[in-house]
Formats: sequence, C-alpha cells, structure tokens
Amino acid sequence: MGGSSSNTNRRGGAITGDRLDQAAPLARNGALALTAPVRIGAGRRRARTARQRSILAASLLLAPSALFLATFTYWPVLQVLVRSFIDHQYGEVARFGFGNYARLFADPHFRQAAWNNIVYGVGTIVPSLAFALLFALGLRDNRRFTAFLRTLLVLPMMIPLVAASALFIFIFLPGEGLIDHYLAFLGAGQTNWLGNPSLAMPSIIALTVWKNTGYYMLFFLAGLAGIPDQLVEAAMLEGAGPVQRFRHVILPLLGPTLAFVLVIALLNVLTQVDHIVVMTDGGPSDQTNVLLFYIYQQAHQNNDMGLAAAATAVSVAVLFILSAGSLRALERGIHYES
Amino acid sequence: MNPRHGHGRELRLLAMLALAAAALMWAMPFAWMLVASLRPESASASDIASLIPSGTVGLGNFTEAWSEGTFPLWYFNTFLMCGGILAMQCITVTAAGYAFARLSFPGRSVLFYLFLLQLMLVPPILIVPNLTTIVSLGLYDRLPGVMAPYFASAFGTFLMRQTFRSIPRDYEDAAMLDGASLSQLIWHVLLPLARPGLAAFAIVSVSYHWNEFLWPLIALSSPANQVLTVGLASFTTGAESASEWGVIAAGTLLVAAPLILVFVVFQRRIVSSFVFTGIK
Repeated sequence: MGGSSSNTNRRGGAITGDRLDQAAPLARNGALALTAPVRIGAGRRRARTARQRSILAASLLLAPSALFLATFTYWPVLQVLVRSFIDHQYGEVARFGFGNYARLFADPHFRQAAWNNIVYGVGTIVPSLAFALLFALGLRDNRRFTAFLRTLLVLPMMIPLVAASALFIFIFLPGEGLIDHYLAFLGAGQTNWLGNPSLAMPSIIALTVWKNTGYYMLFFLAGLAGIPDQLVEAAMLEGAGPVQRFRHVILPLLGPTLAFVLVIALLNVLTQVDHIVVMTDGGPSDQTNVLLFYIYQQAHQNNDMGLAAAATAVSVAVLFILSAGSLRALERGIHYES
Repeated sequence: MNPRHGHGRELRLLAMLALAAAALMWAMPFAWMLVASLRPESASASDIASLIPSGTVGLGNFTEAWSEGTFPLWYFNTFLMCGGILAMQCITVTAAGYAFARLSFPGRSVLFYLFLLQLMLVPPILIVPNLTTIVSLGLYDRLPGVMAPYFASAFGTFLMRQTFRSIPRDYEDAAMLDGASLSQLIWHVLLPLARPGLAAFAIVSVSYHWNEFLWPLIALSSPANQVLTVGLASFTTGAESASEWGVIAAGTLLVAAPLILVFVVFQRRIVSSFVFTGIK
C-alpha cells in the first residue's frame, strides 16, 4: 500500500511558520474539504513533514478530477433529487411534495417503459451472455481460423450503435429489407418487423444481442485463459466428459468473470437507447419505450422536468442497487487478476 | 487411448462448422453494408438487399453521401471532441490515479469509493441535469459543453491507480534520491512506465466517445457543431426510397470505417485493452 512514507512522524505536525501559511490554505481550498485538518502542534514547527507534504500533493492532484466529478456527477444527482420533490414552482417559492412520484407511478407510459426495460434486460442479457460464453469456449484456441471468426464476432462492438441501427433499419425493412428478401425465397411474406407491436421489441433485442455479444466474449476469453490447463487435464484423466468439465471445473472458475460481465451488461441495459431513438422512437404503441428513453421524452418532447427528474431519480436508485453488487464484482475481479 | 476419440473428432468438426456459420451470420450486416455501398447507382432497386456483388463497383454512393451530408465537418468535430476529452482525461486521470496509488492521506479509501460511484452514475443517465448545468455555464451548443461531463473519469482513475501500483517503488525512490521533484518524477519516470495503461485507456475512451449519440444529440443544436453519429442519424431517418439505401450504407461505412480500420490494424492491442480495462 502507499503509506510507508507517512509512517515516520505520523503525529508530527512540525511546520515552519511561513511554510504553514502556504500549505494549510492550499490543502483546504484544493477542492478537497474532505482531507482532514492538518494537525499543527504549536511547539513542533520544524520542517514540513512527509505526511503533510503528501496531503498537499494529494489535494492538488485530486482537485481537477474532484471538480469535474462534483459538477457533472454529484451535483446533478442532488439536483435531480431536489427537483423531483418540487411539485410547483411559483417564481422563487417552491412547494415540495411527492406529486411527481405520484404522477410518475400513475403514468401508464412509465409503467410500460419500466416493464419493457425488464423484458429488454432479460431478453438481451441471457442470450448475449450465453452466446458469448459459447463462442469463447469454441474459439479460444489460437489458430488462424478461430482468430478470424473471433474478429467477425467482435467487429459489431467497434461501430456506433447509431450505425448499427442504420444497418438494421434496412435489415428489418418490410419487403425489400435483408431479412424479408431472403425469407421470400422460403416463401414467407412481408413482415413489418419494427412496426408490429409484438415484433418491435424482439427486433431491438436481436440488434442489441448482435452488437454486444462480441464484447462480452472478450471477457470470457480472458477468463478462460486464466484457468490453469492442469485442472482441466486432471478432470479429463478422471474421465470427466466435456459437459462435466464445463460444469464442475470451468464454470466455477469463471464465476468472477461472469459476475463482472453481468454488471457491464446490466449497465448497458439501462444506458443504451441510441437504437430506440433512431429506429422506433419508443413505438409502436410504447412497446420499445425504456426508462432512459422515457426520461429523454419527458425532458425534451413534453418539457415535463418534474417527471423527468423523478424518473431519473428512480433510475439512479436502480443503478445504486446494482452498484453495490458491481463494486463487489469489481473487487473480486481484481482479486482474480492478481 | 480414448475409445470415443473418433466420435469426439466428428463432434468437434460439427461444432466448429456451427461456430463458423454463426460467425458468418454475425458478419452479414457488414457484408451487406460493403456490397450495397459499392454497388453502382445504376443498379436496379430490386437487388438492393442482395449480398452478391453485382460485378461492377462504383463509388457513386460514397460521393453522394459525402455531398449530401457534411462529412468533413462531422469528422472534424468528432476528432475535436474525442481529442479534447482524451487530452483532459489524461491529465485528471494520471494525477488522481497517482494520488490514490502512491500518496497516503486521510479518507483515501472513502474518497476512492466516491470516485468509483461515477462508474454507476454514468453520464447518460444524468443527461437532464447535466444539460441544465451546461446551459447555465454558457456551454450549450458548444463542443466544450459536450466534452465537460467526461473530463473526470472514475474508470480511468481506477485504471491508472492499478497501473501505478504495478510499477516497482524502487524507480521512484531512485529518482527521489537523485533529487527529482514530484512533477519531474511523474513526467520523466512514472508516465513513461505507465504508458501501456494510458494507451489502453485512450483506446477505450476514444471508441466510446466516437460512438456516442444521445448526449451530443441533446447538447448540440446547430448543424455546424454536429458530430458523426448525430449526422448519420439525421441522414438515415430521412431515407424513403430503395435507391437511397446504397447511399445510407455508404454513409454508415464512412462513420464506422475509421474505428474498424484502427481495430483491424491494432486488433491484438485493442482486444487486450478492452479486456484489461473492463468497463467502457
């Protein structure tokens, strides 16, 4: 850990008078009111100690990040929370209450969006993780051919979601589009993939699975590479078949990777809406509306800031609940790495 | 050895065939993009979905896309946005990463967790309040306004902390003994050693911001300030007839090509960056 330099003179606050005058205000003003007050023993003013030097340096080094995090992460969260409880605003006077939340939970569009988000989450995470794991297991050996197949699978990750949407608008185009063009050879008629309320969400899910699977595969490949060959070979000598080897040796050892990928996938479910904006605009009849798109709608189309703030607060709460598990997974990931 | 050896081999081949078929399915949208964008304009609209190249190759779709959209401007703005964010992030992330890795100060772990909160409170979810903030800062419809929420990066800080921790302390001690100041230490000793971590971060950062859409969409309004993704979206949603799909495929390729090219060239490096870094 980083603390060895401060072990000497831990209590000592020896500072020369003129140095103190420079150091203390800087430490206090350096955007980090969080650093504990510098202890100054009146009788120990000799030299600036390593500890105080390190506090000063840390304040200066952390100040830029802290400033931006405060402005664009902590402040907006507070702002959203406060705004979500303001029912009416008469000039300078605001009336506080739960009105926005009451309206939010009574709004059928919001309920639909929340439900859709769950469907979208399960519908994208389960297949994309399953495919990713399958591809990683099948393509992990380093041959030219498998490397080529891996590249094909990873490519979708590198293009913008908007570009993927542009391609899939055409792929889903009724009649002329890629799918219908080739389905016609099988005798199938036209299908309005994005316009049919019961097909729109599955179509969006298909695009998302296509886009994200390669990215998740990379983590599984790394996780698999970390499993010692001896373990798998030992299981093989014991007569374990491929399925048993996977269930009892590989899968348990992939646990941390799986947790980690799951967290990334969950974050993606709540933060990716570009395809919905470009392809369906939440429709038809709200079938592809999800939380972030609902927030965007309220803020930019309906100009209902109270509702947008309440919906953002709900999303932030969901993210917070996920964050607990996420931080733990992250720590496990680190543990796993070393 | 194994009595079922031959059987296993057949199964293996079958599995590989299935995987190859799946991977080819995955590549289909790209194949269509390439074929449709290179098809000459004169081709009939009925075979726009065909994956088989029509024999002749024409760049008409590209010239039309280029003149229909303002691609040079979009490229310029996107470069500026990604470059600006990355430049600022390199400073904030290196400084904070060093502080968390090497310096001891009270409340370090609490502060570190406060930083990590940004991993969850990602900017996309905070677009509404952040828009209010950049409006009141006078940064609305200006590229610095789009960039500002990303200037600090919890993820980058985390990454650089890990990177600095993996560098042996002896290097610093030696430099300190030679009388190097903290800034000299960071610039001449630690940064060169931390370059792999910074490179990994740069790859992830640039690809994230190159591909970003919703935030630039709402934080920018005038056409002169648009970035590639927003430009492509307006370009796409305007399409009506089949003949325009070739142009859209060309436009999509123009937007996606730089990152795809970089990816194909630096594949190994990029893959290890994404795995090494974990979160986008």
